[in-house]
Amino acid sequence: MTTAAQIDPMMPAAYVVRQVSKETRDTFTLTLGPEDGGSNGSFQPGQFSMLWVFGVGELPISISGDPSASGKLVYTVRSVGEATHSLISRKVGDGVGVRGPFGTGWPLEAARGRDVVIAAGGIGLAPLRPVIYEVLKHRSEYGRLVVLYGSRSPQDLLYRKELAAWARQRDTQILVTVDYGGLSWRGHVGVVTTLFKYARLQPQQSVAMVCGPEIMMRFVTRELQTHGFSRNDIYLSMERNMKCAVGFCGHCQYGPLFICKDGPVFRYEQIRPMLEKYEL
Amino acid sequence: METLERIIAEQPFFAGLEPGVLELVTGCASNVRFDAGAYIFKEGDEANEFYLIRGGKVALELFAPQRKPIIVETLGVGDILGWSWLIPPFHWKFFARAVEDTRAIALDGKCLRTKCEENHDLGYEMVKRFAHIIERRLEATRFQLMDVYGARKRA
Amino acid sequence: MSSRRTQNAVMGAVQLRKLIELLASRGYEVLGPTVRDGAIVYDRIESASELPVGWTDEHKPGQYRLKRREDEAVFGYVVGPQSWKKYLQPAEVRLWSAERQDGTFRILNNENQPKHPFAFLGVRACELKAIGIQDRVLLGSQYRDSIYGGRREGVFIIVAQCTQSAETCFCASMGTGPRAEEGFDLALTELLSPEGHRFVVEAGSDQGAELLAELQTTPATEADQQKASEAVEAAARQQVRSIDNNGIKELLYKNFEHPRWDHVAARCLTCANCTMVCPTCFCTNVEDVSDVTGEHAERWRRWDSCFTLAFSYIHGGSVRTSSKARYRQWMTHKLAAWIDQFGSSGCVGCGRCITWCPAGIDITEEVRAMREGGRHGNT
Repeated sequence: MTTAAQIDPMMPAAYVVRQVSKETRDTFTLTLGPEDGGSNGSFQPGQFSMLWVFGVGELPISISGDPSASGKLVYTVRSVGEATHSLISRKVGDGVGVRGPFGTGWPLEAARGRDVVIAAGGIGLAPLRPVIYEVLKHRSEYGRLVVLYGSRSPQDLLYRKELAAWARQRDTQILVTVDYGGLSWRGHVGVVTTLFKYARLQPQQSVAMVCGPEIMMRFVTRELQTHGFSRNDIYLSMERNMKCAVGFCGHCQYGPLFICKDGPVFRYEQIRPMLEKYEL
Repeated sequence: METLERIIAEQPFFAGLEPGVLELVTGCASNVRFDAGAYIFKEGDEANEFYLIRGGKVALELFAPQRKPIIVETLGVGDILGWSWLIPPFHWKFFARAVEDTRAIALDGKCLRTKCEENHDLGYEMVKRFAHIIERRLEATRFQLMDVYGARKRA
Repeated sequence: MSSRRTQNAVMGAVQLRKLIELLASRGYEVLGPTVRDGAIVYDRIESASELPVGWTDEHKPGQYRLKRREDEAVFGYVVGPQSWKKYLQPAEVRLWSAERQDGTFRILNNENQPKHPFAFLGVRACELKAIGIQDRVLLGSQYRDSIYGGRREGVFIIVAQCTQSAETCFCASMGTGPRAEEGFDLALTELLSPEGHRFVVEAGSDQGAELLAELQTTPATEADQQKASEAVEAAARQQVRSIDNNGIKELLYKNFEHPRWDHVAARCLTCANCTMVCPTCFCTNVEDVSDVTGEHAERWRRWDSCFTLAFSYIHGGSVRTSSKARYRQWMTHKLAAWIDQFGSSGCVGCGRCITWCPAGIDITEEVRAMREGGRHGNT
């Protein structure tokens, strides 16, 4: 990150939109580069930035790009309200304020030498894509890569070309399903947990990383445990309202945890007592 | 028939059945194939069999007026297709269509029903196994029902 | 702030005027209690006559009244609705402003620091503890709140030791008062006896001692020190409310589904008064605004409350929609989660939340009910 953000984490650095690509009808991927053309600092897969649209507002968005590609930050944003809509409406050359990166990242260290099992639901694939890039770039440092990805419908699938390309990598299994399939869809239909029976898993030698709507993550962690995964080998990315991203505004509290600085990535064992609590 | 008995014995779904019971099941079994696009059964038809998928993919479909037909779920290798043979009034509730060329073991439901009535041990084993499948399907369906990825309206 | 204990001194009540003048002459903005709008609030103090001489306050759950005293005590009240956080963590502050420039923008860094350092006159022990708690929250983690830091630096603290407690006070059980032991520059204990209206003064820092040296004082006699001590102890004994903090974390964490929460929810209006008056509540909202032309934008930070529905909003809805969930969040955070987060309770026992709750909800009673009510919580 630029020095400005280091001095004061509440000050956005000026970035410029370099590329906008449409993933689905309501989801876009933005590539941002620092305005002064300098190379930005690195980020850990799983971290997020606070993106600011002039005069509209600020949003926490997970970084979904390649951690080894310096000079740019990539975000996949789904339009669900006014602020996200204004973000995805940015054109090339528009300015966007960036604060961060913030938060804890996915456990790549713990996954070295082991299989990496990724379970993603909907937009949840975006914060996990940097892990896939990382594993494929340093293939020999990790075991097998298994991706279980569920989305609402075929039209809502993200990164389709990349999914096909990843499936061709060695020791890599990419499984995709949709909740609602049209008659022209030749793939799996059913919730993401139904993909487990097709996955070649070695639970004792794996680290599982899960991201998606909270209910989806609960179902998936249950399924992972049924298949023999240890609670200490399962990691989730949690989400709550965020305003400051630095632990001062109090909004993102989840029990005693601040999602912005103690998370967003948590080991399942740590948050297990909280996941079942309604309205926590 | 011998080969079929061995194949059935190897299926996780039938694991744990005593040889005598296994023989009863095999007596009602046969190998079947469906071409891609073919309907395996249709909603409303009498449910007189169930299938253990050995290869390919089957889609469960629902048609409703004024809506495009939707695929409720796809089943693949190792999945059991159909339990309506076991539960009155023994009619199919969905369409089942082979999405790809599909191989399966078909089990004669009518035949098995009769045997289950005569041999309650067999009956209990069947019901236990199907209860497990139905429970998992119900859980998955409820998850699907929540439409977790759908855009929610602002509260 | 180093603490150099000198022999306690005694000064006549009239020396307060001199104290205020000295502070002003040293460039401090003197802030202290004054009567306004039927309450004792904190404001700029330019002379001792602005202090709430001869006033006291009566606190009950959901009730606050000012009453005239029969004497001329300067600090003869307990606490008002405000706390010093209004100065250190202001209710409203502009973080920065920005201007649009050819498709991109320029951030203009704003000077947020006050022009003069603050001098707080009349800080209660519970308030001093609360300041320490906010120090930990806003300055003691991996990030530093520079606005708080800038305002906090160089604050001159003059404690007014409590010589009486209100019905809603429970600092003694929280270990946060009524005596302030350290962390102040000067501490005053007011004595009103036939010997004269005077203060026993304790210096708690070098700066405090220096200032004290410029006041007209006499060394405190054994008797005066004794009287001062007893007055504060009497304040402690006066307290009728308490919280038993033994195992409070487990109590609240494990009782997420306790029926008592429904009991409270039936009364709580989620009005957020408690969070506004609480000296340790720190939650804020960040708002981006722009002017009509869209060329100029500002980011503001304002006090927020976990009691609002929007507080926990994420796309599609709020996580804590029921008032039960929101009250539970506030109380569990204040008494339990805070310990995991910051190493101490978030509550200093000042009782403001009890006094200013329109429904008269009493946090001490809620804890007791949860402990005693068992599984069925019939209290």
